[in-house]
Amino acid sequence: MFPAKFTYHRAASVQQALELLAAHDDAKLLAGGHSLIPMMKLRLAQPPAVIDIGRIAELSGISRDDGSIRIGALTCHADLAASELLRQECPLIAEAAATVADPQVRNKGTIGGNIAHADPASDLPAPLVACDATIHLLTADGSREVVASDFFVGLLTTALGEKEVITHLSVPAQTIGTGSAYLKVEHPASGYAVCGAAAAVTVREDGTCAAAALCFNGITDSALNARAVAGALVGSSLDDDAIDAAVDGHLTADDPLGDVYASGEYRLHLAKVQGKRALKLARDRARG
Amino acid sequence: MSGVLGSSIRRREDPALITGSGKYTDDFTLPNMAVAGIVRSPYAHAKVVGIDTRAAAALPGVVAVYTAKDVEASGIPGTIPTAWLLPDIKTPEHPILAKEFVRFSGAAVAVVVAEDRYIAADAMELVEVDYEPLPAVTDPREATQEGAVQIFEEAPNNISFDWELGDEAKAAEAFDHAPRKVELRLRNNRLIPHAIEPRAALADFDESSGKLTLRLTSQNPHVHRLLMSLASVGLPEHKMRIIAPEVGGGFGSKIHHYADEAIVSFCSMQLHRPVKWTATRSETNLTDAHGRDHVSIAELAMDDEGKILGLRATTWAAMGAYISTFAPAVPTYLYGTLLSGQYDIPAIHIHVYGTFTTTAPVDAYRGAGRPEATFLVERLVDLGARECGLDPAEFRRRNFVAPDNFPYQTQVALAYDSGNYEPALDLALDKIGYADLRRQQAERRNGGGKLLGIGLASYIEACGLAPSAVVGSLGAQAGLWESSTVRVHPTGSVTVFTGSSTQGQGHETTFAQIVAEKLGIDMDQVEVVHGDTDQVQFGMGTYGSRSAAVGGSALAEGLDKVIEKGRKIAAHLLEAAEEDVVFEDNNFSVRGVPDSQTGWGDVVLQAYLAHNLPEGIEPGLEFTTFYDPSNFVYPFGTHICVVEIDPETGKVEIARYLAVDDCGNVINPMIVDGQIHGGVVQGIGQALWEECVYDEHGQLLTGTLLDYAIPRAHNLPHLELDRTVTPCPHNPLGVKGIGEAGSIASPAAVTNAVVDALSHLGVRHLDMPLTPEKVWRAIQDSSQEGRS
Repeated sequence: MFPAKFTYHRAASVQQALELLAAHDDAKLLAGGHSLIPMMKLRLAQPPAVIDIGRIAELSGISRDDGSIRIGALTCHADLAASELLRQECPLIAEAAATVADPQVRNKGTIGGNIAHADPASDLPAPLVACDATIHLLTADGSREVVASDFFVGLLTTALGEKEVITHLSVPAQTIGTGSAYLKVEHPASGYAVCGAAAAVTVREDGTCAAAALCFNGITDSALNARAVAGALVGSSLDDDAIDAAVDGHLTADDPLGDVYASGEYRLHLAKVQGKRALKLARDRARG
Repeated sequence: MSGVLGSSIRRREDPALITGSGKYTDDFTLPNMAVAGIVRSPYAHAKVVGIDTRAAAALPGVVAVYTAKDVEASGIPGTIPTAWLLPDIKTPEHPILAKEFVRFSGAAVAVVVAEDRYIAADAMELVEVDYEPLPAVTDPREATQEGAVQIFEEAPNNISFDWELGDEAKAAEAFDHAPRKVELRLRNNRLIPHAIEPRAALADFDESSGKLTLRLTSQNPHVHRLLMSLASVGLPEHKMRIIAPEVGGGFGSKIHHYADEAIVSFCSMQLHRPVKWTATRSETNLTDAHGRDHVSIAELAMDDEGKILGLRATTWAAMGAYISTFAPAVPTYLYGTLLSGQYDIPAIHIHVYGTFTTTAPVDAYRGAGRPEATFLVERLVDLGARECGLDPAEFRRRNFVAPDNFPYQTQVALAYDSGNYEPALDLALDKIGYADLRRQQAERRNGGGKLLGIGLASYIEACGLAPSAVVGSLGAQAGLWESSTVRVHPTGSVTVFTGSSTQGQGHETTFAQIVAEKLGIDMDQVEVVHGDTDQVQFGMGTYGSRSAAVGGSALAEGLDKVIEKGRKIAAHLLEAAEEDVVFEDNNFSVRGVPDSQTGWGDVVLQAYLAHNLPEGIEPGLEFTTFYDPSNFVYPFGTHICVVEIDPETGKVEIARYLAVDDCGNVINPMIVDGQIHGGVVQGIGQALWEECVYDEHGQLLTGTLLDYAIPRAHNLPHLELDRTVTPCPHNPLGVKGIGEAGSIASPAAVTNAVVDALSHLGVRHLDMPLTPEKVWRAIQDSSQEGRS
């Protein structure tokens, strides 16, 4: 590749990364490189400085942290997909990570890089919103937390500040009686989601719905959270008719994305079909 | 080694290629080499008002920046020619660097030569071109309509050529009296070739000898040298050497002569330094000659029993902004001539407009004209069957050219030399379990769930390009024979030089198999040399499924000459009559006298020692042969595709794909299967995913692999293959071509399957690619019609 000229800096620690960010205006953090490098190759991104955080060990790994799961920002998609802990406690994220691109990308691309880039068609945003994930950010001045639904602001736009580093995410372990599903229709060229439906439901002992979430990648310029659908489902029987009625009656999207391959109208239709299928699969899994 | 021919011998070229030691054009680095970056038009159509190169030239590390003015000042011809001309065709000048106008997005306007690619890329951004944008036109039919922007003054209505074949009056009569007719309007989607290796060129002009050496991603280095010499750089052929090192796929895209290789040659001639250019993937997509892009209106006339009475069509074929190397032949002689398919059709007429559009040029791409013809015929045949209330297999059967009707003269110029179509159809129907699938389909339609569709494509192709006198009469500016030199070394090993150079087809294996079989020597005693104009006698190259049928035949005839001379020498050594000497198992022996024999090695050595040669026999053992085929070859077959469609999303999945092909005798079954796999998959790509899309401003919307979907392994079914063998009657090996068959048959097979799955809803046709949205909309539209 033949990018515009830039300086390269390797950070050995988060602290050093923050110092480098402070010292270099308009610098970009390099993690797995699977969003930044293609942009630099096409010269769509021309950062004057690149700060490589890819080897900071403290930013990687998945662990239990009280009632939630802590995911380091540098954890690669393949590790998310393979994590026993995630599969037990928050399977939606593992299931979605397994659908990202191809094995090479999954082995290099990281969750932190993925959400920082915030491609509306990537696979992790909707599951993170559906799971109520929290994103932990660090600056030289201190740390802060942003919930996923506030983190994704718009097309390739997030709440991440220019001098901030994503250190980790925390995801609540799913409660008993919860089932989830990620169903993806992939673009045949890019492998990105034309429609990625992330569903989670919690069923009571009597089979009715205690909690629900339905979010989508690929439909709008950031993860679409179908709160009205979830609201209509809570308290319902969760049978097929209830799910169909909730989705048909309450799923809407303003300005759905559209391109040569799939129009906005079709994407919204797909969201309905895949949303229903994902909810039904989540329900069946919840019921075991 | 008898029995070598017909064996699945592993490709000898693969160890180097798969371990990374194969050397491609971009792998070569020469001393003092500079690199070129080509500045391209961002507009599809614009007047070039001015170019300011000063800032780019001033960047440290930039060696030179050239524009069309520099090319003109140098005195070289500086153009890209067309090598196939039709009557009254308009071929406006195609300068290697744009002069007053740019006519497609990606057209070369300037070239930066720099010490490395980073500097070149930086400098390219500093070249300031002042454009005055003009309207674009990208659709081949719209280009001919009133109000469309005129791309060239000398081509009114943007028509380059207006071509007809067949008997219009006879066809009109057939249609006037036919009780049953169907009409089809279709678009054959524009494709981007996507060879894995992008195009590249490394030019090295040696000042002292005045000779240019050009390493080039070429399917036909001699043809490139000829065209470069005549129209581009103006050097005589003996002062040019073109080498095609390893070439990583072509599919036609590396036949054509592009501006880029002429530009780097010009740079090297100016600078007396080696200059290299390697396309980025984005450049490849913008500038490689694209494929297909037809708009057609077609009709089929039948009687009540389902016998075809006539076929007629009008096609608007996009040529793009300039008439590329062989472009005029593709929608005419490689398309119109194939419109009889496998069928006995008494009246055919085809009218083709080759039209200019403000897009990349269109030229031959795997199949070249024949996939377009097969798609049109096979879609019409399916519609015809439906019109007559017949099963599509039965309809085909009723219309096949009968086996006792060969040679068969079609109404569109070709004479099919051989064929037997029904056994291939029957084999395919039997293997796929056709009757059972039809039962399942009916059950599914009643029971809901995924829709099942079964699509047939019975194709024929004319390949093995081509009898020179025939193509000459049709406008080719070259013969399409092929050459070989067989050089037997004094110790008995053999080097063969073939004019048919490979881009992955496996010549180094299959050509060695021919030698090993004929001479009875081990394959490791055979070297196959190709792709170098200084080493190899003039040759026409690899395309049009011609290597085995034409290049292989040239080799077989050369080997016969070697054996013939060997027999003369052996007869002399054995003191026997020449007609009594037979050559078998690498031995010359006297018929009926088992003890009287002499080995290959002795005869070959004697040829070079020349101590004891028969009178009138000159020393050495080497023959050059130019083989001109007497006809095209006509592979055929039937492919069947089974699809399942999710009616809620419109997603098409290929459940099964079966190909029964007849390519005559088979040299290497594994390589033949590989060609079918690749071709079928490429055609499935056209049917389901691939489409080169320009917006109304002529901007390429599918310029990267993020947008343009080529087939991926995980989206493809297992391919079931079988074959029948009907040897070619007119070449020494009895072989036909197989490189393109898959891509010729599969777009029609897949589309027929999808339309078949939806036919009960009233869907008659869908244009490729059959995206989920398109299929979903067809289902929606039909159910809405049903409700109203």
